[in-house]
Amino acid sequence: MKSKGSLDSSEIKKDFPVLVQKIKGNSVHYLDNAATTQKPNLVLDKVEQYNKNFHANPHRGAHYLSVQATEKYEKARKKVKDFINANSDKEIIFTRNTTESINLLSYTFAEKELEAGDEILLSTAEHHSNILPWQQLAERKNISLNYLDINKEGEIPFEEVKKKITDKTKIISITHMSNVTGVINDIKKITDYAHQNGVYVIVDGAQAAPHMKIDMQKLNVDFYAFSGHKMLAPMGIGVLYGKKELLEKMPPFLTGGGMIEYVKKDSSSFAPIPERFEAGTPNVEGAVGLKAAIEYLEEIGMENVFKHEQNILEYALNELNKLNYLEIYGSQNIENRGGIISFNIQGIHSHDSATIIDSKGVAVRSGHHCAQPLMEYLGINSTLRASFYIYNDKEDIDALIRGIKKAKEMFSNGS
Amino acid sequence: MDLNSVYTELIMHHNNKKENKGELDDPDVSEHGHNPNCGDDITLDLKIEDDVIKNAVFHGSGCAISQASTSIMIDLIEGKSVEEALELVETFIKMIKKEIDNKEELKKLKDARALQNISNMPARVKCAVLSWHTLKEAIQ
Repeated sequence: MKSKGSLDSSEIKKDFPVLVQKIKGNSVHYLDNAATTQKPNLVLDKVEQYNKNFHANPHRGAHYLSVQATEKYEKARKKVKDFINANSDKEIIFTRNTTESINLLSYTFAEKELEAGDEILLSTAEHHSNILPWQQLAERKNISLNYLDINKEGEIPFEEVKKKITDKTKIISITHMSNVTGVINDIKKITDYAHQNGVYVIVDGAQAAPHMKIDMQKLNVDFYAFSGHKMLAPMGIGVLYGKKELLEKMPPFLTGGGMIEYVKKDSSSFAPIPERFEAGTPNVEGAVGLKAAIEYLEEIGMENVFKHEQNILEYALNELNKLNYLEIYGSQNIENRGGIISFNIQGIHSHDSATIIDSKGVAVRSGHHCAQPLMEYLGINSTLRASFYIYNDKEDIDALIRGIKKAKEMFSNGS
Repeated sequence: MDLNSVYTELIMHHNNKKENKGELDDPDVSEHGHNPNCGDDITLDLKIEDDVIKNAVFHGSGCAISQASTSIMIDLIEGKSVEEALELVETFIKMIKKEIDNKEELKKLKDARALQNISNMPARVKCAVLSWHTLKEAIQ
C-alpha cells in the first residue's frame, strides 16, 4: 500500500475507486474534503466483509454472529480510544456525526450543568452545528451566548479569550480548525486558561481530527467531537469523547433499547457509560469502517498527513496568489492552519465559479459553508472553498487554477 | 453539459444589465425571495395598476443565473396583467421541469427560453426559478 514515514499521493490515489475513474472525460480532482472525504478500498472491503460474514445486532444475542458483531463494534471503540489517546474505551461514545455529538452535550451535560444567567462562549468562526444547539439551549434555559471575535486572519487573539471569559461563563465551545479559513486554534492554551477559571471546554474537531495528531491527554479538553465521514470512513458514524468523570454524571440523551439496566413500568435505571448514550441499534458497519479508516491513516502517520497537506496548501496559496483577480480569505501564514482555502473570483458569484471549475473535473464547494456569522464578519455572502487530503497532489491544484482561469475568461467575454 | 449553452451571451448580458435593478419608493408589492442553502437573495418591487404590472425592479445578490433570470422575467412581465404573469410563471417552471414538449408554447417565454438548459443542471435549477417563485408569491 505505502511505506511508513512517507506519503506518495499518486500511490494513495490508486486506493480510492472514486478518484481513479473518469467523469465526462476528465480526471477527478476532488477538493471538497472539508465537506466529506472519499473511501479507500480498505474501508470499503472491511465494511463489505463485515456485512457478508459477521452481521447481527450487537450486545443482544448469545449467538455467534451477534458476538462477532459486538466484538467488531467494541474493537472500533478501542481503536478510536487509541487514535485520540483517551484514558478509557468508556470515554468514546459513537454518534452519527459531530452535529449529533454537540447536540447530545447540549441536551445532557449543559442542560444539567447550566442555570439561568449563565453564559456559553463560542467564536464568530463556528460552523452552524456549534451554534444552533447552544441557541436552542439558551432559549430553554434562559442562558446567554457570547462570541469570541476573530481578527482579519481568522484567528482568535488570546486577549479576546481573557476578555470574554467572565464569572458567568460556564462553557466554551469552539472549533479546533475552521471549516472556512483552515485556522487552527490553540486549544491547549485556551483550555488551560478556561480550566483555571472553572470553565468547561468543548471542541468541535470535525476538521482537525482527520488531518492532525490529536491527543486528549495533551489537550486536556472536557469534550471533543468529530465525524467519521471526513476521515475516510462511511457517513453516519461519529464520535463524542468525554472525560469519564463528566460522562458518568450526565443524564441520558436518547432513550430506549440498549441503554438500560432495569426497566419497570414506571421507571428505569440506565446503563453505565458509554452504552447510556447509545440508545437503539448502533451503526456497527459504520464503526467497522471507521476502524479501517483509522488503520489506513495510522499506516501513513498523522504527522505525514499534516505535513503533506501543508505542502499542498503552500503550493496552492502560491499559485492562487499569482492571480490578481482573486480575493483570498484568512491567514497567508501556513504555520497554524490546515489544508482549507476560501476565496472568490472578483465579480463572479461563487456558484457560477464552482459550476465552471466543475467543468474541468474539479470539485470545490461554493456557498456559506454553514458559517453565516463568519460570512457576515468577512462582509460576503459566499466563497469558493478548496480543501485537501492525503490523495491530493499538485496536479489537482493546477486543474483548479485552469478552472479559475476559465471562469474569469468566460465572464470577461460576457460582460 | 456544455457550459456555453448555460452561460450564454444573453444570460451574461442580463447578469450585467442595470436597468431592472433598484428599489421603488412606493411599491404596491415588495416580495423577498431567498435560497437559504446557497445564499441567492432578491427583493422584487412591483407597481400594479388596474391589475396590470406597470413597473418591476429588483435588488439583492446572487449568482449570474439567478440575477439574469430575474432580469429576463422583469422584461417579460412588465405591461402584462397579473393573470398573464401568473401563466408565464407556470410555463417557465414547467419548462425547467422539462414538462413542455411544445415549442410553440415556449415561444411566449421569449428570452426566458435561454434558461431552458438549466434543466440539465440539477444543482442550479433553484437559482433559475427563485425570482419566478418570488413573483408568484407577490401577485397570487
